[in-house]
Amino acid sequence: MNVQLVGRGWNALPLSRTTSCVTEDMKIAVIEPDPDRARDIIDALMEGGWTDVVVLGDVSGLARKLAALDPDLVLIDLANPSRDALEQVSVASEAQSRPVAMFVDRSDDEMTQAAVAAGLSAYVVGELQPDRIKPVLQTAIARFQMMSQMRNELEAAKQALADRKTVDRAKGMIMRAKGVGEEEAYALLRKTAMSQNRKVIEVAQALLTASDLLT
Amino acid sequence: MSTARLNCGYVPLVDSAPLIVAQELNFAADEGLSLNLLRQPSWAALRDLLALGHLDAAHMLAPMPIAMSLGLSGPMARIDALMVLSVNGTVIGVSNAMAEAMRRKGWPGGFASPQDTAGPMLSALDRPLRVGVPFPYSMHRLLFEYWIGHTGLADLSKMHIITTPPPLMADAVASDEIDVFCVGEPWGSVAVGNDVGELILPGAAIWAHAPEKVLAARHAWVEENPSVVGALMRAIARAAAWLDTPKNRPLAIEILARSAHLDLPHAALDHALMGRFATQFGAAPVDVPGFLRFHDRAANFPWRSQAAWIGAEIARLAGINRDHAIAMAQRAMRPDCYRQHLGPIGVDMPGASAKIEGALTHPMAVASTRGEMILGPDAFFDGEIFDFGGAE
Repeated sequence: MNVQLVGRGWNALPLSRTTSCVTEDMKIAVIEPDPDRARDIIDALMEGGWTDVVVLGDVSGLARKLAALDPDLVLIDLANPSRDALEQVSVASEAQSRPVAMFVDRSDDEMTQAAVAAGLSAYVVGELQPDRIKPVLQTAIARFQMMSQMRNELEAAKQALADRKTVDRAKGMIMRAKGVGEEEAYALLRKTAMSQNRKVIEVAQALLTASDLLT
Repeated sequence: MSTARLNCGYVPLVDSAPLIVAQELNFAADEGLSLNLLRQPSWAALRDLLALGHLDAAHMLAPMPIAMSLGLSGPMARIDALMVLSVNGTVIGVSNAMAEAMRRKGWPGGFASPQDTAGPMLSALDRPLRVGVPFPYSMHRLLFEYWIGHTGLADLSKMHIITTPPPLMADAVASDEIDVFCVGEPWGSVAVGNDVGELILPGAAIWAHAPEKVLAARHAWVEENPSVVGALMRAIARAAAWLDTPKNRPLAIEILARSAHLDLPHAALDHALMGRFATQFGAAPVDVPGFLRFHDRAANFPWRSQAAWIGAEIARLAGINRDHAIAMAQRAMRPDCYRQHLGPIGVDMPGASAKIEGALTHPMAVASTRGEMILGPDAFFDGEIFDFGGAE
């Protein structure tokens, strides 16, 4: 079955079990405080046939929660500051089934690199066979790549908007101070930027900072 | 001269200052380096990225390269500690409720006496203590466990050691998840400032010269890039010397507060860098001389004996062979690199690369290449002395 993903709207697709995978008997815990991101990851895992997925949004009392859930695999964003708490659980001697950080044995460096590049880290609990872990990770890595790309695009868009506002403010300031029109104000910003080998946004920021200091 | 760009990982703490100052004050540029300072959200993330080659060098908790080289933490990787970035600089504190309970058990207060503090702390609650530390393999944890273990007053296995990211430590105290916290500045002072906790000891009260952070890099990378390694070490050594010049500290606070690398306000940096602490909400600050050292007293020298002490403590913690852990720890510490790269620029070098740890209760002049070296104090709170061999 070929599942087509169309742009971002695919998230709205109903969860389908149409992939060829059989439902896997594996419990996966996802540590992710952002509900949207958590849902994205669950969706991807569900589509791959892993239906027993639990999300932990809050890591307080992590050791206790993990002991109660008893997952086979724990997935967590590399950037999640709570990773160190998971490390503690993985070295605690009193823990009955300790999660062990993936890739410890470096047996599959290519996959390790792909996971790290995508911003994913994983912990395995107990004696899970590598051939059962691999497809989960491949699915999660793909989804993390997609999410980080979307995050980057969103941040770039936000930055562009913020930059435009800054440049607009700087333009307005020049227009008022020098009594010139908008085009001329922008030309002045650009000329200054070029002569100083800087970006227009940097000159605009410097102008606003200086003006904040002086008023 | 062409510029080599190095990916350097750090966790936004006051003691990452040598890396930031090396870049911001052009000590790195003078060596033909540009440090791409990459802030990391957790020690585990920093560790994985270093082990897998995404970072060239990193600001790391002193026990981490040793735990990694022993295969105890994250992806197996041989990691070297090239030099010590900072000595001491951590605090131990308790929740306000705990402080009150300790006073009822006769704790006199203060910020200097492990001996008088342990009893009231250990008897304050009638349930196991919950102790927050930043990472399983951190000096915070090793020093806390050494202290409690050596008082003989409590069974360490009955305590709950809970890893809590430093920026969340004050919140964990406020929400009653932990009773005791061991953390680097500014996060101890944040707990005091929020009126949720009280500081009871500086880490230095347990071991007066404890290597806190090190400059870490993959062993293979160190061997393959001697000239870059030398340049990086020289830049950081100069930054560290600059930081330990008292007149520079106010400027250091300005630079660190202004740069985007830490994102900490001026006041948060002040305590650690000026060595003045309010241990209690609203209390007058007390002076803690030598609270955080970057350079003086041969602070940057990576003593093999310091590594051995850490290795021995890790062996106890992880239940592995002590001799093996000590040998691997000593191998991870690189005084040879330190001598090779910093000797030619006139950094004073000690006669030996190991010393008897804990022997100095006062500063003492020792034999060195320039004859200017003063070491110590490096005593442990209980007067214990560690001789791992190799000291002169």
